[in-house]
Amino acid sequence: MPRLPKLPAPPLPAALQAPPPRPGEGNGKAGPLEQGKQAGITVVDWVDERTSLSGAGRWLLFRKVPKGTNWFYTLGSATMFAFLSQAVTGVFLAMYYRPDPAGGAYESIRHVTNEVFLGQFVRGMHKWGSSVMVILIFLHMGRTFFFGAYKYPRELNWVIGVVLLILTMVMSFTGYLLPFDQRAYWATIVGVNINGTGPLVGPYLSDFLRGGGEFGATTLSRFYAIHMLLIPGLLAALIGFHLYLVAKLGTTAPPWSKAKERPELLEAEV
Amino acid sequence: MNQREKEEYLRDYSILKAQGKPFFPYAVAKDGAMACVVMVVIIAMSLVLGAELGPKANPTTTTYVPRPEWYFFFLFEVLRVVKPPSLVPLATIGVPTLGMILLFLLPFYDRSPERRPERRPIATITGIAVIGAMAFLTYSGANAGSPTAIELKTPQTVLNAGGQTLAEYEAGKKVVAQSGCLACHKIGENGNDGPGPQLTNIGARLERQGIARTLVNPTAPMPSFKNLPPKKFNAVVAFLTQLK
Repeated sequence: MPRLPKLPAPPLPAALQAPPPRPGEGNGKAGPLEQGKQAGITVVDWVDERTSLSGAGRWLLFRKVPKGTNWFYTLGSATMFAFLSQAVTGVFLAMYYRPDPAGGAYESIRHVTNEVFLGQFVRGMHKWGSSVMVILIFLHMGRTFFFGAYKYPRELNWVIGVVLLILTMVMSFTGYLLPFDQRAYWATIVGVNINGTGPLVGPYLSDFLRGGGEFGATTLSRFYAIHMLLIPGLLAALIGFHLYLVAKLGTTAPPWSKAKERPELLEAEV
Repeated sequence: MNQREKEEYLRDYSILKAQGKPFFPYAVAKDGAMACVVMVVIIAMSLVLGAELGPKANPTTTTYVPRPEWYFFFLFEVLRVVKPPSLVPLATIGVPTLGMILLFLLPFYDRSPERRPERRPIATITGIAVIGAMAFLTYSGANAGSPTAIELKTPQTVLNAGGQTLAEYEAGKKVVAQSGCLACHKIGENGNDGPGPQLTNIGARLERQGIARTLVNPTAPMPSFKNLPPKKFNAVVAFLTQLK
């Protein structure tokens, strides 16, 4: 495709032009700033020589996003940010939590809430962050649905998104038990029993969740392991795959934007 | 979508993409601003609403009314509305499972190439209807009592009597619902049929005195209710006597 030559920059008087950077300014020696910059470049080059990651980074960061993407398109990354916030606050809560149904669990949460510095604040962030994440995930899903963004070639990314939604709900369900207060205990009993009424796998699933036929000592540690290890790992891995597909297939254009008739003429203008 | 439509879409999209702006810094700036909003909202909610911790879990209480997290309210409401035991699994598992399967398979049964919401009225209207239904169920689930609440038509005689009789009837209904009676007794469409006898017509079978005596000295495994405050106890008796 023939390209129009780029026009040269308009001539400026020499006084207005920025002076070109000179290596080793001053009396011929590199200043600390320049040395630091050079060190950074050397390190990045060293890593890149061995990993070739800079290409992937450029591919990820400098891919083009279609015109007309609006604030609705930030909902996905906002959901991911809420997930990161949950991960960070969760790590801090895990430093104090003891999955001991005989009173240790409740006692450790009481300790975090009432005695630890900023404990109630971090626990509040984790508790309300889960609501924020669920709201954002539904809004993100609504945007994808109404804009038809799940259609060819992004079907697989929609399926992964639904799995992420289910995993988020499982996170919320398992996390609800961990404070082990009345509310947590009884809501979980009801939830597990509802699971048990399901067809075919229902009874096995609720037996698995309870760690036996009765709600007992192993139930809490089971919920704890699912909430802390199993689901977060799956979530992180699937979010990574979700993002990879977004970068690979490109952010959807808004459904109203139409490609112009003769793009080859317009491309030169860009 | 057939092959021609697929290729058409890919061609149009590549043009739109080529005309767009790079992800960094344009989209990253927007995403960053949104992340700040999310952070501020979470921090504000934590500061304003705090993190309460209820009383310690006690497996021996029978009167505690469980409430799930608010985003499960719609499911909770479905469970509350559907009373007949044969339909409960359908409501609790059938509806969500069906919804999940429909969500999973969405790109496989909606294969038209059209993307503008106003040109795919079925999808758009269905989407709005589902959101509306979930919002309505969440709202009514949030305002409803527990799933143990008794839904029963107040007898005409009680309504006619009004005043003290009606107040006592309603109070008794509430105490019965909160005392776990429905775990073993069935009243109308509410509660489990057995191991205790049905209470739907208990007022026709037992005198007022008989009901009171049974409540104080029941047959095991039913617990005695003699420790209820007299006011509540009388309300329970009055309520049960009216079940004819």
